[in-house]
Formats: sequence, C-alpha cells, structure tokens
Amino acid sequence: MEIDPFIFRLSIFILSIFVGYYVVWSVTPSLHTPLMSVTNAISSVIIVGAIIAALAGSSEVTFSTSSIFGYAAIILAAVNIFGGFLVTQRMLQMYKKKKDKKK
Amino acid sequence: MISANLSAIFYLVSGILFILALRGLSSPDTSRQGNYFGIAGMFIAILVTFLSIGNFSTSLIYVLVFLLIGGAIGSFIAFRIPMTAMPELVAGFHSLVGLAAVFVAIAAFLNPDIFNLGSSGNIKLASLIEMSIGAAVGAVTFSGSIIAFLKLRGIMSGAPITFTGQHYLNLFLGISIFVLIFYLCKTQTANIYWSLIAISFFIGILLIIPIGGADMPVVISMLNSYSGWAAAGIGFTLENSALIITGALVGSSGAILSYIMCKAMNRSFFSVILGGFGADNTSADKNEKQDQKPVKSGNAEDAAFLMKNASSVIIVPGYGMAVAQAQHALREMVDKLKKNGIKVTYAIHPVAGRMPGHMNVLLAEANVPYDEVFELEDINNDFANSDVAFVIGANDVTNPVAKTDPKSPIFGMPVLDVEKSKSVLFVKRSLSPGYAGIDNELFYKDNTLMLFSDAKKMTEDIVKNLD
Repeated sequence: MEIDPFIFRLSIFILSIFVGYYVVWSVTPSLHTPLMSVTNAISSVIIVGAIIAALAGSSEVTFSTSSIFGYAAIILAAVNIFGGFLVTQRMLQMYKKKKDKKK
Repeated sequence: MISANLSAIFYLVSGILFILALRGLSSPDTSRQGNYFGIAGMFIAILVTFLSIGNFSTSLIYVLVFLLIGGAIGSFIAFRIPMTAMPELVAGFHSLVGLAAVFVAIAAFLNPDIFNLGSSGNIKLASLIEMSIGAAVGAVTFSGSIIAFLKLRGIMSGAPITFTGQHYLNLFLGISIFVLIFYLCKTQTANIYWSLIAISFFIGILLIIPIGGADMPVVISMLNSYSGWAAAGIGFTLENSALIITGALVGSSGAILSYIMCKAMNRSFFSVILGGFGADNTSADKNEKQDQKPVKSGNAEDAAFLMKNASSVIIVPGYGMAVAQAQHALREMVDKLKKNGIKVTYAIHPVAGRMPGHMNVLLAEANVPYDEVFELEDINNDFANSDVAFVIGANDVTNPVAKTDPKSPIFGMPVLDVEKSKSVLFVKRSLSPGYAGIDNELFYKDNTLMLFSDAKKMTEDIVKNLD
C-alpha cells in the first residue's frame, strides 16, 4: 500500500516543530524582540500562496475574484516581509559590545 | 518553467535558511548574519514561485507592482518607527500575516483548480479541512492582533474588558467553528465558509479584549504563534514545504515565548487567556490596610548623592521607562557614574515591558552594551552585594510580597531581589499599585527612597546633580 503524501508533509511539519523548539530555546533572551520580528517576516512566506492565487489562473484574465484576493495578500505580505526584515536589521545593528563604543 | 520536484527542493532550501535565521539569534554577534539568511530564504521562495508558475503575462507586472507597493510601505514603516513603539508594530505585522492567510485561503476556496485541489464545489476533503483551519486561525490572528495593537497604541483602554457569560460565549463560538467545518466538508457551500471566517474574526476580538496591559507579552507571543499555525495550515493546503517548515518554526517559537512569559509571571496560560487579573477584591482590601505606613521620599540631589558614594549600582528598568522614553537620559546618568569608577549593571525581568525582550531593545537603542545587561537569574544574587538598586518604571517585578505572602495574587512569581541591596531608589510617579493591583512592600522599607517624578525628568535631574 502506498503512503499518502499528506503523511510526508505531516512528518516535515512535526520535525520542524522539534527543530523550532530546540532552536528557539537557544535564542538569548535579550534578542526576544528581534526573534518576534524576524519570525513575523518569515511567516510572510505565505506570499507564495498569494502569488499562485494571482498568477496561476489563465493568462488571459488578469483580474478574477480569486486573483484579486491574491493581489491583496501580496501587498499585505510584502509590507510584512520588507518591514519585518528591515526592522529586525535595524534592531540588531544596535546591539553592541563594550569594546566598540563608537556608534 | 521548472519542474515541481526542483521547486520543492528550492522550497526546502529556503525552509532551511529560515531555520538558520533563527539559529543566528542565539548570540548578537551571529544575529545579523542570521537575518541575511532569512532574507535569502525569502528571496529564493518568491523567485522559485514565479519560475514554477511560468506566467509572464500582464498579471506578472501587477504582481511586481503590488509587491513593490507593499515593500515600500513596509520599508517606510521599518525606518520611521521609534523603538518604543516596537510592541504595537509587531502586533500590527501579525495582523497582516493573519489577513494574508485568510485571503489566500479564500482564493484557494474560490479557485481550487489553480492550487491543484480539485474543482470548485468538489474540493478534496483534506484540502478543505486544511484551508478551513488556515482561514480560521488566520482570522483569529488578524482580529486579535488588531485589538492588541489598539490596546498597545493606547487607542483602546488597556484595562481588561469582561462581561458575564464571556467564557460560555467563547466556548459556544469555538464549538460552532468545528460544526461549521464539518458541514462545509459535507456540502461545500460558500456561505458556510464565509460564516466560518466571520465567526473566527469575532473570536479573535473576544479572546483579546479581556486581557490587560501587563499581560501583553503573553498575548503578543501567543499571536506570534497563531500566525505561524495559520501559515502552516495554508502550507498544507498548498502542499508547500517552505510554508509548512516556516509555520512550524514560527508556531513553536511563539508558543515557547508565551511559556517563558507565563512562567515569569507564575501564571498559567489559561488564567492569562481568561483575563481579568487584578480585578479581584482581596487585593483592594490590602491597599487600604497599608495606606498608613510611612514612606521616605527624596529628590534628585539625594539620589545623586547616594549613587556618587556607591561602588556598585544595579539598574532595574520597566515599562515606565519605555513610556517616559527615559532610556537615553538613563544611559547619560550611567556614563557619569562610570566616570566616577562606579560599577553599573542592568537587571531585566523577563516580563518587564510589553513584549519579550522589550527593555533590551530600548537599552540597545540608547547604546548600552549588551554585555552590561543581565537576565533575572544571572544577576539576582548580585543585589546583596550592591550599594544602590535604581528602579525606574518597574513595580510588580520587584515586589518582595511574591516571596513572602502566599495569599498575594503574585505569590510565587520570580522577582528581582531589589530589597537586598543596601539602598533602593524607586523612581515612580505616585504610590499607586502596579498592574497586579497590589501594594509594593518595597515602598515602605527603611532602605528605600522614593523619587516621585516622571522617569525621564528625574533621571535628567540626577544627571545634573552628578556634576
């Protein structure tokens, strides 16, 4: 009997939860705010679904109901991707050690 | 353009890059590199999606334009936002992820063919369940984050909003979600799908309104977690491993942060969610009893004198410092103290502020080197050997009652042992109790000097008096 591909995806999912568990425990508490902003940015990889919704339909129709939802989701996710990574970068630039005191 | 197998491998690569991005955050030195890994992962995922669809008609131009519009808005916000507004920014961003998940789920429901999920009205059962979960969690994330954003921004009162039967209503709505998903699978009717999403929006609002201001660190972490689970739900629908991996990572990350925050307050996750902390009458009685006690108060001159003659000072910042934007003045004060050869360190309680790591970011912004900033368990023993503890904007996290009075609502919460220091300087606007609604015993100790003023103003005055 063949294994349903769903089971493979479920395996990836469960294993990733474990990876996430151990990786996140090793994050230093002083970087918890950047952790939140970067997880925010990467969860916007949902833009992949938005792009499919916008583009994968027939190439003659630019605006269908589903592609409009796709376009809207692209804007939302793009705000998050750019905003999330940039604000994380801005925060991380501020964390300095004692020796390099000069800004 | 490229085969499904090849693109699946690229999605896996971007998932791994996201893991490395989080891994980088284990130390500030590697964190910047980690962020680049994250950006690379995102770039690969987007590029591969374009190539695998291979549609280069006018639609692509629209997609790129919308991508740039969103990107421009995001960049603008990222550069302009003040660091003190970080909690509401994160809450706002969570709401966008949630709404994007809802939109993608709607698009998948309306046009299942393009996602290979079957045809409209005849969607595969598993996909239908997955997209329902993705849409419901996304909707809860969206409306919950909006409420959190409004509360953090001060547009909506931070006080818990409760009404009778609230929990039963939530329970009823929660059950109705499952019933709706069940009927959706049987009938595939669009109206059921819309009501499912509408009820989920409503649940998100109901979940967050009873939660008060100081519980916000838990709420933000929880919403962070939800946004991850929503992404994972959509990932299952789209059969996309990058989304599944990322969703799982973000989901567990948010869950761990919620756990850390709850533990730091010695509260169970459910008691936070059910809300209404500090509204009980027992704590009000206590306030009345202690009103008579004498309090020593001083001014900036006394504080400066005490600190000048100290050999070690520990600073305990809290939400009040963020509100008053006192971090720069504080840093100036510390510089002056250090010039006089005084050892200065910072002690941070995990729930200080409105989100995990809030104080650390503000201190970093004020150019405080991160190796002078310590977490609760690393510094708590040092209070006994310190001359001055300077509490600025923190309250409940220093209350010794948590260690002594089993009846106190915060009993058992890990607190900073501020009272062990030779003298305590407490910058606060008034004697009013903190968020937990209980009096702080520390105010009435012999070695405590209260400095009644705005945190920023007091710090600036102390700086003047240190010369």
